[in-house]
Amino acid sequence: MNKEKTSNHIDNEGFYGEFGGAFIPEMLHPNIEELKSSYINIIEAEEFQKEFKELLRNYVGRPTPIYHAKRLSEHYQTQIFLKREDLCHTGAHKINNALGQILLAQKLNKTRIIAETGAGQHGVATATACALMGMKCVVYMGAVDVERQAPNVARMKMLGAEVIPVESGSKTLKDATNEAIRDWITNPRDTHYIIGSVVGPHPYPDLVARLQSVISEEIMSQMPEEPSHIIACVGGGSNAIGAFYHFLDKEQVELIGVEAAGKGIHSNETAATLTLGNTGVLHASMTTLLQTKDGQVIEPHSISAGLDYPGIGPQHAHLHQNKRVKYVSATDDEAVKAAFLLTQKEGIIPALESAHAFAYLEQQKWKSTDRVLINLSGRGDKDLSTYTKYNPY
Amino acid sequence: MRLEELLKQETKPLLSIYFSAGFPQIDSLPVLLESLESAGADMVEIGIPYSDPISDGPTIQHSNSIALENGISLELIFQQLESSSTTIPKIMMGYFNSILQFGVEAFCERCSETGITGIILPDLPLEIYQKKYQKTFEKHQLSFILLITPETSEERIRLIDNHSTSFIYAVSSAGTTGTKKGIQGAKKYLQKIQSLNLKTPVMVGFNISRPEDFKFASKYTRGGIIGSAFIKHIENSNHLSQDTHQFIKYIKS
Ligand SMILES: Cc1ncc(COP(=O)(O)O)c(C=O)c1O
Repeated sequence: MNKEKTSNHIDNEGFYGEFGGAFIPEMLHPNIEELKSSYINIIEAEEFQKEFKELLRNYVGRPTPIYHAKRLSEHYQTQIFLKREDLCHTGAHKINNALGQILLAQKLNKTRIIAETGAGQHGVATATACALMGMKCVVYMGAVDVERQAPNVARMKMLGAEVIPVESGSKTLKDATNEAIRDWITNPRDTHYIIGSVVGPHPYPDLVARLQSVISEEIMSQMPEEPSHIIACVGGGSNAIGAFYHFLDKEQVELIGVEAAGKGIHSNETAATLTLGNTGVLHASMTTLLQTKDGQVIEPHSISAGLDYPGIGPQHAHLHQNKRVKYVSATDDEAVKAAFLLTQKEGIIPALESAHAFAYLEQQKWKSTDRVLINLSGRGDKDLSTYTKYNPY
Repeated sequence: MRLEELLKQETKPLLSIYFSAGFPQIDSLPVLLESLESAGADMVEIGIPYSDPISDGPTIQHSNSIALENGISLELIFQQLESSSTTIPKIMMGYFNSILQFGVEAFCERCSETGITGIILPDLPLEIYQKKYQKTFEKHQLSFILLITPETSEERIRLIDNHSTSFIYAVSSAGTTGTKKGIQGAKKYLQKIQSLNLKTPVMVGFNISRPEDFKFASKYTRGGIIGSAFIKHIENSNHLSQDTHQFIKYIKS
């Protein structure tokens, strides 16, 4: 794989430049050591790759298509292509990671799986993987998100997962992640924690990036003529890293990550981490985060539960610092408008998260010769109640 | 008194009390220091309230958020320490991000100015500490206190022993603070620690809430650390001093 190349390279302690590492309490030391010393060997083994690829093909439905969105292209006077992660089984890219990690958990002889979830997509993906493998599944979800993503809560329960609403802090993704970490501290032997994005202590950011890199691997072979731009939304940053991975060293391809600005960058109700944050430790990783001058984590806001996170994966913090990726943001309003436009032009209802990537189309002048690839990370079924309440037209 | 002196001088079981600064009232810290000293606690661990305390259970999560709502900050904690004339050995415990934003050098300087002699940062692992911060801590004569747990291998316990300067904090069971009742289940683990003949004294923390727990911890190690049980005891207190004396008397009974 791409390990030796600069943008995906981490040092022995899991740092991308100054970001990353494993700022874990001693209670997690054995778990993290076990993962750290074995994950590369396990996931690069032929047997694992065979099982993983077969599941991706026959269970998830990969490769996901690239669709040339002609009417949207016409609207923006350019060429727009969609990487259809929304067509994955369970409706988002999250399943790529969940299946990879559950295979890893089996190789480590773990019998119980925990996960955090924001939008519920990662929770559904994990609950699905657990049902498939007959493993016990506990999902932590902020109480606010349990309410705004009700369809996904129902799906997780039908899939046999125990969904635990988290009442602490802002009752969203950050707090669900805290609670999952506490669970892992309490159950260090039998449990594997399937983190849902490229966040958390080393080796998670690299592990999840590798499992999601199938997205850009497919894009490379599916687009004989290279894209000029790749756009992805960024919560923790897993669909974005997945879409960027094999292009990070192709300087001619412009990479754009879109964060959630919430009600606006200056509204104090935002999740635009890279625009407003600074360096600190969140969820055991040195990264960029929204915090007060005292280092207290600021509760973020986004209409989209999956982007409502005050931090970002350390690799993104690094790619922001070295300017390889351009990070921008889109507000709640802009995202919802973009979702309606995509629906009207192409008959595709995107997830609220993915809608942020489409909102960027409004923010730049495009050339007719540009070949703009948007990673459509998930579908919008889960967001219908928000869309109907929020119709901007 | 310095922490190292206390551990060397005293032979009786040592009782350490943890509480969150700024709780239950923003200015409770000086009162609690005085009360704990006069009531006969041997050392105190002053918790730096943090928004995302990942190794703490519900009780300390709650005291953290009350303290933050009260408006506590690290600078204010140092000011309150400056106003206190107590000599009881003092340790600070917090999460690394608070220290990072304050500035590691500035933090160490303020600690030594205000009589803090030991630091516990559960989310700053030994390896990163050694590589980046050990020099600064040592310059200000701050002891960096490391944790071990029932899952820690003997090899790692010995490594931690070699790098410890005051005491080793033995977490009594897998879990966050204050979530289980009692530590009697930790017998094998505590016996194992005892049999390792470590150079560094060991104190046991997490899930000690009753006199029998403290006695049990002291049987195998130098003493016990109580956090959640004390915090619960003073949560609604209108007479901090009185309630603190009552608690210490109970634990030592
Ligand atoms: C469809 C979809 N896209 C994007 C995200 C954001 O996560 P990430 O930035 O890790 O891709 C989520 C998270 O829940 C999601 O459900």
